[in-house]
Amino acid sequence: MWAFINKLRSPKWFYSISAKLQPWFWAAAALLLLVGTVWGLAFAPADYQQGNSFRIIYVHVPAAFLAQSIFVSMAISGLVFMVWKIKVADMAATVMAPLGAAMTFVALFSGAVWGVPTWGTWWMWDARLTSMLILLFLYLGVIALRGAFNSRDSGSRAASVLAMVGVINIPIIKYSVDWWYTLHQPASFTITGRSAMPMEMWAPLLIMVLGFYCFFIALTLMRTRSEILRRETNKRWVQELVEEVR
Amino acid sequence: MSLCLQARQLACERDDRWLFEGLDLDIHRGEIVRIEGPNGSGKTTLLKILSGQLSDYHGDIYWNGDSMREVREHFLANLLYLGHAPGVKAGLTPLENLTWYQALSGDQGNDCQREEALAQVGLSGFEDVPAGQLSAGQQRRVALARLTLTQRALWVLDEPFTAIDRHGVAALEAQLVAHANAGGCVLVTTHHELAESPVLRRVQLG
Amino acid sequence: MSMHAPSGGLMVAVSATFKRDLTLLLRRRGEVLNPLVFFALVITLFPIGISPDPQLLAEIAPGLLWVAALLAALLSLDSLFRSDYDDGSLEQLLLAPQPLAALSLAKVAVHWLLTGLPLALMAPILGIMLALPAGSYLILALSLALGTASLSLIGAIGAALTVGLARGGVLLSLLVLPLYIPVLIFGAGAVQAAILGDGIAAHIAILGALLAISLMLAPWAIAASLRISING
Repeated sequence: MWAFINKLRSPKWFYSISAKLQPWFWAAAALLLLVGTVWGLAFAPADYQQGNSFRIIYVHVPAAFLAQSIFVSMAISGLVFMVWKIKVADMAATVMAPLGAAMTFVALFSGAVWGVPTWGTWWMWDARLTSMLILLFLYLGVIALRGAFNSRDSGSRAASVLAMVGVINIPIIKYSVDWWYTLHQPASFTITGRSAMPMEMWAPLLIMVLGFYCFFIALTLMRTRSEILRRETNKRWVQELVEEVR
Repeated sequence: MSLCLQARQLACERDDRWLFEGLDLDIHRGEIVRIEGPNGSGKTTLLKILSGQLSDYHGDIYWNGDSMREVREHFLANLLYLGHAPGVKAGLTPLENLTWYQALSGDQGNDCQREEALAQVGLSGFEDVPAGQLSAGQQRRVALARLTLTQRALWVLDEPFTAIDRHGVAALEAQLVAHANAGGCVLVTTHHELAESPVLRRVQLG
Repeated sequence: MSMHAPSGGLMVAVSATFKRDLTLLLRRRGEVLNPLVFFALVITLFPIGISPDPQLLAEIAPGLLWVAALLAALLSLDSLFRSDYDDGSLEQLLLAPQPLAALSLAKVAVHWLLTGLPLALMAPILGIMLALPAGSYLILALSLALGTASLSLIGAIGAALTVGLARGGVLLSLLVLPLYIPVLIFGAGAVQAAILGDGIAAHIAILGALLAISLMLAPWAIAASLRISING
C-alpha cells in the first residue's frame, strides 16, 4: 500500500502507467457503448406506458450515475491530495470537475427532452432533476473557486476542501429533495420511477452504465496526462520526452 | 538546551517555482538572526514556514530537537510572530487588543500589566482611544507592546521597523538585543540596517 | 528565558474571542442592522412584484420569509473573516496555541447571535405583513433560529474559503447557496406544516440534526479553509 502511494507521488510513474492502461479503457468504452446503444435503441422492447420515449434513460441514467460518481471521486482525489500531498490526485481532480459538470448537464438535458413527450413541458421540478440541478451548481462552485485563486496550489487546496464538504452534503441534499418532492404532490411519472423493469430493458442499461464509466476513466486518464505535461513542463523528464518526440 | 530552532534541507516550492532549496538553518538561544535577500527571494515565506503558518514545505524543522509537526502546540506557546500587518483591531482600544492577545495564550492577565506594556512603547494616555484613531506607527507600537507583555522565547518579526519613528527604532533594536542577551532568540527581516552586535548573525537568501 | 508548555486556557481564549467579536460588531451597529433592513426590504418587494392579494401572499409566505432570511444571513457572511484578514489578526488567530476550530466556532457563534437570531425574532412581524396564517408564527421564529445557526456554520466555510480573494462576495454565494438547500427545505417545510396543522416535530428534529452535523463538522472545515486562505 505504502509502496503504491509512494509511486503515485511521481507524476512520471503515473504518466507511463496510464499510457498502458488508457487504450484498454478506450476499447472497452467503445465496445460497451456500441453494444448498449444498438441493443437499447433497436432491440429492447418499448415501454407499455411511455412507448419509445423511455429509451432516453439509456443516456440519462448512466449520465446521472456518472455525474454523482465523478463528484465522489473528485472529493476522494482531493482527500488524497490533502493527506498525502500527491499532486497527481489534484491534477485528476482538476480535470474531473468540468467532466462531471458536463455529465450533469447531459443528465439534465436528457431529462428535459424526456419531459416533453411525458409531461408536455421541458421542465418539471422532479426530484431527480432538481437534485441534478443542485449538483450542477456544486460543480460550478468547485470550478469557480479553483479558478479564483492567484496561487494554483491554494486554489487546489480550496477546491479539495469544497469538494469534500460537497460530498458530505450530496446525500443530505438528495434526501431532503426527495422528501420535499413527495410532500408536494408528485407528478404521475418520474424519470426512473418505474418498478420491476424486465431484463431485456435493464440489461442494455447496465451495459451503457459500464460503457459510460469506461469512457470516463479513459478520458480522465488522457486529460490527466496532458495536465501532467502542462504542469511539469520545466521538469527534466518532460523535456527529455519532448526531445524524443522531436 | 542551547538550540532553539533548526531547519534541515528546507525547500519551498510555490506553483512549480523553487523559492529556496536545501536550506540548513540553526538558530540558537541568545541570537538575533537577520534573514536577508532581494525582493521575492522568499523571506516572508521562510518566516511563515519557520513560524508554523505554512505547512507546505519540504525538509524538516525541529524545535529543541523535536520535529515541529509533532510539537506544534508547544512550539506555538513559545512563539511570538509579528507579520506585515500589525494585527491590531481598529474598532478596539489598545487595551482591548492586548487583552485578546493575552487571552489567546490562555492568560487573562490584568490591566496593570497591559498599561505598563503600553507605557513602554510610548502609548500611555492612549490606552482607551480606539486604535482606528491612532497613526500607523502607533498601531504598530500596540503590536510591539506584545513583546513586553507576553514572555516568549522565540520572536519572529517580519519588517517590525515599518512605520516606526527614529526614536522608536532605537528602542526596538535595544529590546531585540536585550531579548537575545536574556537567552531568547529573534528571527527578523528588515530593510533597516541593524547595528553590529555580537549577538547578530546574518543569513543570506536567494 | 524559560520555555513555556502550552498553558491550556482554551475557555479563556474562546470566551475572549467571543467577547472581542461581540464588542466589535456592537460598535458597528450598521453591520448588525443592515441584514435586518435587507430582510424587510426584500419582503416588501414581493407584494409589489406579485400581488397584494392576502390569500396569495399567505400561501407563499413561509417560503418567501425563509428565502429572504436566508439571503439576508448570506449577505453578512462576507465580513465574517474579512476585517481580521485585512488587519492581520487572522494570522495571529491561526498562531494561537489553541485549536483553531474552537476559536472559529466562537466567531461563528457571534455571527449567529447578531444576525440569525435577530432575523428569527423579526420574521413574525414581517409574517403579519404577508398575512401568514395564525398559529405558525412561533414555529417560524423557532425554525429560523435553529436553521440560521446551521446557515452560519455552513456559510462560514465559504467565507473562510473566499476571504483571501479580493472579490469573494459573489463567489461566496455560489459556493454556499447549494449547501443551504436542505436547511431551506426543512425550515420552510416546518412553517408550512404548522399552517396545515400537521405535526412539526419531524421538521424541527431534522433541523436539529442538521445543526448537530454542522456543529460537528463545520468548525474543522472552517479551520482548514482559513489555513488555506491565509497563504492565498
